[in-house]
This record gives sequence, C-alpha cells and structure tokens, in this order.
Amino acid sequence: MSTAIDHPEYNYKVVRQFAIMTVVWGIVGMAVGVLIAAQLAWPQLNFDTPWLSFGRLRPLHTNGVIFAFGGSALFATSYYIVQRTTRTRLFSDTLASFTFWGWNTVIVLAVITLPMGLTSTKEYAELEWPIDILVALVWVSYVVNFLGTLAVRKEKHIYVANWFFAAFMIMIAILYIGNNLAIPVSLTKSYSIWPGTIDAMIQWWWGHNAVGFFLTAGFLGIMYYFVPKQAGRPVYSYRLSIVHFWALISIYVWAGAHHLHYSALPDWAQTAGMAMSLILLAPSWGGMINGMMTLSGAWHKLRNDPILRFLVVSLSFYGMSTFEGPMMSIKTVNALSHDTDWTIGHVHSGALGWVAMVSIGALYHLIPIMFNRKAGEMHSIGLINVHFWLATIGTVLYIAAMWVNGIMQGLMWRAVNDDGTLTYSFVESVEASHPGYVVRVLGGAVFLTGMLIMAYNVYMTVRAAKKENAAAVPAQA
Amino acid sequence: MLGTFWQVWITLITVGSIVGCGILIVYTSRGMRKEETTETTGHDYDGIQEIDNPLPRWWVFMFWATILFGLAYLGMYGFGNYKGVITVTVDGQEVNWTAHNQWKAEVQAFDAEIAPLYAKYSSTPVAELIHNDEALQTGQRLFKSNCSVCHGSTAKGALGFPNLTDKDWLYGGQPAQIVQTITNGRQGAMPAWEAVLGDEGVNQMVNYVRSLSGLKHEAALAEAAAPKFLQNCAICHGADGKGNILMGAPNLTDEIWLYGGSSKQIEMTLRHGRAGKMPAHKEILGANADAKIHLLATYVYSLSNK
Repeated sequence: MSTAIDHPEYNYKVVRQFAIMTVVWGIVGMAVGVLIAAQLAWPQLNFDTPWLSFGRLRPLHTNGVIFAFGGSALFATSYYIVQRTTRTRLFSDTLASFTFWGWNTVIVLAVITLPMGLTSTKEYAELEWPIDILVALVWVSYVVNFLGTLAVRKEKHIYVANWFFAAFMIMIAILYIGNNLAIPVSLTKSYSIWPGTIDAMIQWWWGHNAVGFFLTAGFLGIMYYFVPKQAGRPVYSYRLSIVHFWALISIYVWAGAHHLHYSALPDWAQTAGMAMSLILLAPSWGGMINGMMTLSGAWHKLRNDPILRFLVVSLSFYGMSTFEGPMMSIKTVNALSHDTDWTIGHVHSGALGWVAMVSIGALYHLIPIMFNRKAGEMHSIGLINVHFWLATIGTVLYIAAMWVNGIMQGLMWRAVNDDGTLTYSFVESVEASHPGYVVRVLGGAVFLTGMLIMAYNVYMTVRAAKKENAAAVPAQA
Repeated sequence: MLGTFWQVWITLITVGSIVGCGILIVYTSRGMRKEETTETTGHDYDGIQEIDNPLPRWWVFMFWATILFGLAYLGMYGFGNYKGVITVTVDGQEVNWTAHNQWKAEVQAFDAEIAPLYAKYSSTPVAELIHNDEALQTGQRLFKSNCSVCHGSTAKGALGFPNLTDKDWLYGGQPAQIVQTITNGRQGAMPAWEAVLGDEGVNQMVNYVRSLSGLKHEAALAEAAAPKFLQNCAICHGADGKGNILMGAPNLTDEIWLYGGSSKQIEMTLRHGRAGKMPAHKEILGANADAKIHLLATYVYSLSNK
C-alpha cells in the first residue's frame, strides 16, 4: 500500500510500542473482566482475599480496558495517522517516548495500587493523586506533541480523523484534571475539592466524556482513517463529517447529567442533560453513516477481508449503542433501567462491539506495516477470521444476557402486589439474574479467547517479519 | 431559585448549544448538491479522498426532530426558574413537575388506593388475625420488604439480629409488645466492662456466663465471678441470669445467643459492650403505618404462635 516515498521518515517506533501494548493490556484488562464476571456468578471466586475481591478488581478492569487497552490503541493509531495524513514526522520524539513510558508506568501503578484498595473512589477516576499528576503530565505531552505535529504539517488541510483526535485529547485533558482536583492528606489518600452534589455532577461530567471523548471521538478518529484505507474507497461525505463533528463535540459535553436522573442534582440540570443526550443521536449516527457509506461499491470486499468485517461490525455496534444511549437517558426509560444490568450491557455493546472491534481491525491493518510488511500481511488471515467470529459471538452473548437481566431486574423491582407490597424481595432479583451472569462469563471468555488468538497471530507476524528484515537490506519504512 | 446571572448562563449554554446545532445544519447545507455524486473535494490524505456528497435527507430530518424534541422536553419539564408545563397532583393540588413532586404524587395516589385493604384488618386482634391467610400473606410481604434486610427473609435472624421464630423475646412476645417494638423501635445497651472487670475478671465472667447455660467452663473461674455478677450484671440480667424484658436484657441461661455464645464472642461482648438498634418504623412505613404495623405484628406473632 504505502509505496509513496515523498515523505520524511516517520516515527514508527512509538506506534509499534503502543500497538503491541494494546494487545497485551487488552488481554490483561479483559481477563480481569472475565474473573470479576465469574465472581458475580460464583461469589466463592473472591477467595476471601481482599485484593482479589470484586470491589478492588472492578476498577482495575475498567481502568485496564479503557485507559490501558483503549488508551494504547488511541496513542498508536493517532501517532500513526497524524504523521501519515500530514506527511510530517512527529513534532518531538522525546515527548513521544515520554508518553509511552509514562503511560505504561501509570498502568503498572494502577495494577499495583487498585488491588491494594488505594482509590479516590470516583468511578473511572480511581487513581490516587500522585498517579493523577503523572497522567496529567503524560497527557499534556501527548496534546503538545499531537498539536505540534499538526502545526508543522506539510499537508494544507487537516484530515477529519485529526479533528476528532484533537478534540478528544483537549477535552480529556480539561475534564481529567478538573475532576481529579483534590486535597492530599497523605501520599496515598486525597479528598476531592468538589463538595457533595457538585462533586457528583463534575464526576459525571468527566465520566460521561470518558465515554464521549475518549471512547467515541477518539475512536471515530481511528474509524475515519482505517475504514476508507482498508476499503480502498473515498470517505462518503466531507460535508457530513463537518456537521457531525461540530455537533458531536459541542453536545456530548453536556450529556453527563443523565447519569444522575432522580438524584439530588437540581431537576433542571437533569432535564438539560437528557435533552442534550437525545439530540446526540444524529451527530453520533453521522459517523456511522459516513463509515458505512464509504463502503458503497466495496461491499464485496467483506466476503474475504475479515479486517474490514471487524471495522464494519464495529460501526454497527456503534450505531446500536448510540441509539440505545439516548433512549436510556429519557427520564421514563431511565426510571426502569437505572442501576440494572441494562446499563452494563449498554456500556459493553459500546466497549466490546465498538471500541474493541474498531481497535482490533485497525491493529490488524497497522501491525504488518509497522514491521516492514505490506498491509494485510498478518501471519494468518484465517485466524483473523476466527477472531472476528469469536469477538462477534462473545459480544452478542454478553449484551443479550445483560439486556435480559437488566429489564427483568427493573420490572421485578417495581412489581407490586394488589395489597401494595413489593412482589419480589431484592435477593429474588439477584437469584433470577444468575443465568444471565453465567452467560456473561461465557461471552466474556469467548471474546478473551479471540484476543489470545490475536496475540499469537501478532507474535508470529513479528517473528516472521524480523527474519525477513534480517535477510533483506533494511528498507526505508 | 437561580439568580438572574445563572438563569441567563444556563439558558445561553443549553438553548444556545441546541439552537447552534440548527444553525450548523443550515450553514453547512449552503451550496450543497441535490444528488449523490462521485466528485471529491480534491483533498488527498495518505491516499484517502473525500466525496462531496450531500447530507442524507433522512438524517437531517432526524436531527431537526431531536432538536425540536429537546426544546420541547425543556418546556415540558422546566428549566431553571421556568417551571415547565407538566403538572402532578400532590395533597390534592396541581403542582409543577419536579422529581420530588412526581414521587410524592405517585406514593400518595397509591397509598389512597390501598388504604381500604389495610383498614379492613385493623379491627381484628392480632391473636385472631393469625388465622387469616390473606392478612398473613400481606404481613409476610411487608416483612420481606422492610425487615428481611436484618432479620433475614425467613425471620430467623443473624448474629446481632434476633431470631423471631423462637419463643425467646428480648422485649416480650405479646402482640402489644411486638407492636410497640415495631412502632417505636428499641435500643439495646450492654455496657463495656473491660475497665471495671480487668483482663482476669473478664475471663472469669466468661466462664460464669457459660456456666449459666451449662456450656463447657472452668468451675473455679466461674465461681470467682459469681459475686461480681450479682454486683454488676444482675441489675439487668437478674440474679438468676434469666434476663429482663423491660431492659431488653437477654436471658443468659438458654442456648440462644444474640451475639454468639463462644468464649471469644462472649469475651468481646463483655469487653466492648453491644449496642443493638431496632429502628422505629412508624415514620419509615409512611402512610397507613399503624395498619401495616398491625399486619407485621400479626406475621411475627404467627411465627411462634401458630
């Protein structure tokens, strides 16, 4: 594919590093996920050991898959895309290297501190203040390096993928730092500077934009490069990308209050969050349409290109969960869905179906190129296909189990007898959820198996590439 | 109430963002092609081109529909100091929708509906009502919703929470006493004796207490504690250790142990004391509370009297 040579030598080292770590952290994060899913089905698996208990491992799972796996995927792809679409080497190799080692240090610290029970207790922001400071330093370096590269670009215009990356990293910098402002009382303990309800609002301002910017805008950046590239087709509509980009980033910011329906948050703020969430439907779908329609004229490629299948199915799950989200934020629907497994199912249709699948597709495209092979030259295309089916089946099992459980829990909790008493006690709804929990473990395990196959495929590809490179005269990348 | 500044601030951001989406659609639609095309914008990024296609019509339509829905939603539910057009009925009055008012309206409407159901049992004494299966079923359901968290769904209790199915009663097992316990709650207070008895004294007392119910103990140690028991413990537990329902002091001579009967557990109780709390349920149960307590007492009474 990349036969053009009118570009400088790109910094592929950092891309390579992050690409490999994406696979590694993906397996770690998802394995912890499968373990804690099993703990919910069979609580004995807590082993009466504090650092193995659900409460401590759950944040490790979420941090692991969002920031370690998702974050590494974003670093790898954004560094790759920004260089290639601006025909410019990264602004600073030192900063790039710092972001890699810094980010991985953060993850290792998370793996140590979270099971120890050291936590700021804020969801998706559990890391304690010294680690937060390191995150902020790494992130600001990332922003400087990325925007710096755009500033010295050789391409006149800025490609749409880079708009999404830029918006994502700037908003994440602001919200991560804002939400984590805290007063330390010791090296391992701090208290949020935000009081009470305001803390809850700031927390979900961040929390929902960890979804909106980190897991949506960032991954749309990935989509906008790898879908047209893998399909070999032009992007469907430039105009559509403009409208949905600006609408998405300006509306997403205000949607977080829907996490606090029927809470102490003032009613008007809940209502505003809900209205914004519903309006988000069209801007979200803009990305799906642009990706899907890019394939028009290339649908036949799906028959024998499992990488393209990953990308297309990820867009389908993206479209589905961005329809589901606005629905769930309507007050009347939320009154049923809140605190049930439906929420978990919704998150995972996004996390497994969209985020993981689009990342996996991008990595399969990227990794051979990173090791001086041609695009598409993974060790085994057949294994990519196996991985595709495992990932799809795993995701469907997972979200179907959680839909059934969630709606059942919501209905059981509100069921009332003729005499005005509740029909079910809480524990009966837990009992009824057990089959769903077992199916979830199964779905997660199937998905994880796919990741292990990917690791093998990547390992074999890298090994073969190293042999080839040793035999051949080193070629310019 | 929001101050004027904040009302303007939130309106600008919220309505501004929503209306801004409309402006964005209109602005971006200028000079748009009518039909699909294959012509690109002329840009090329690493081989990727972009087609100059128009916005899909159905998508634009959907976007406008959600914008209108969003504005209508703010109008219905209210925004800041504007209270919205939806109303609910609280205390017989039409009031603006708020989450709190919605909750009150739903609860009041429901309570009014079920009041007659409860009222019909109120005139039947508990001892008689235990033979009415329907009343017992409602009592059991109320128990599961309100009491099972501590006493368990089978009412057999747990460490620190009394078993309600045996014949042992801390505060008495007559219907009136049970009603009193549920209505106003109970506060058990076993003081900490570590400072008074000392390590040796505690050890002796553990053996004495175990001797009362015939558990394994060292007779010499128990004997040494006997005068101390009369001096310190008898005032609540009685000279014979059979307890006192006026204080909620447990009978120490049976084999029922609220906080466990092992030497270790008794030692903990003696050293650090215990504070048992049964919450008052009159307010917790809300509307029809007395009638509900009557049914709860019926269910609890039935467990050991039927």
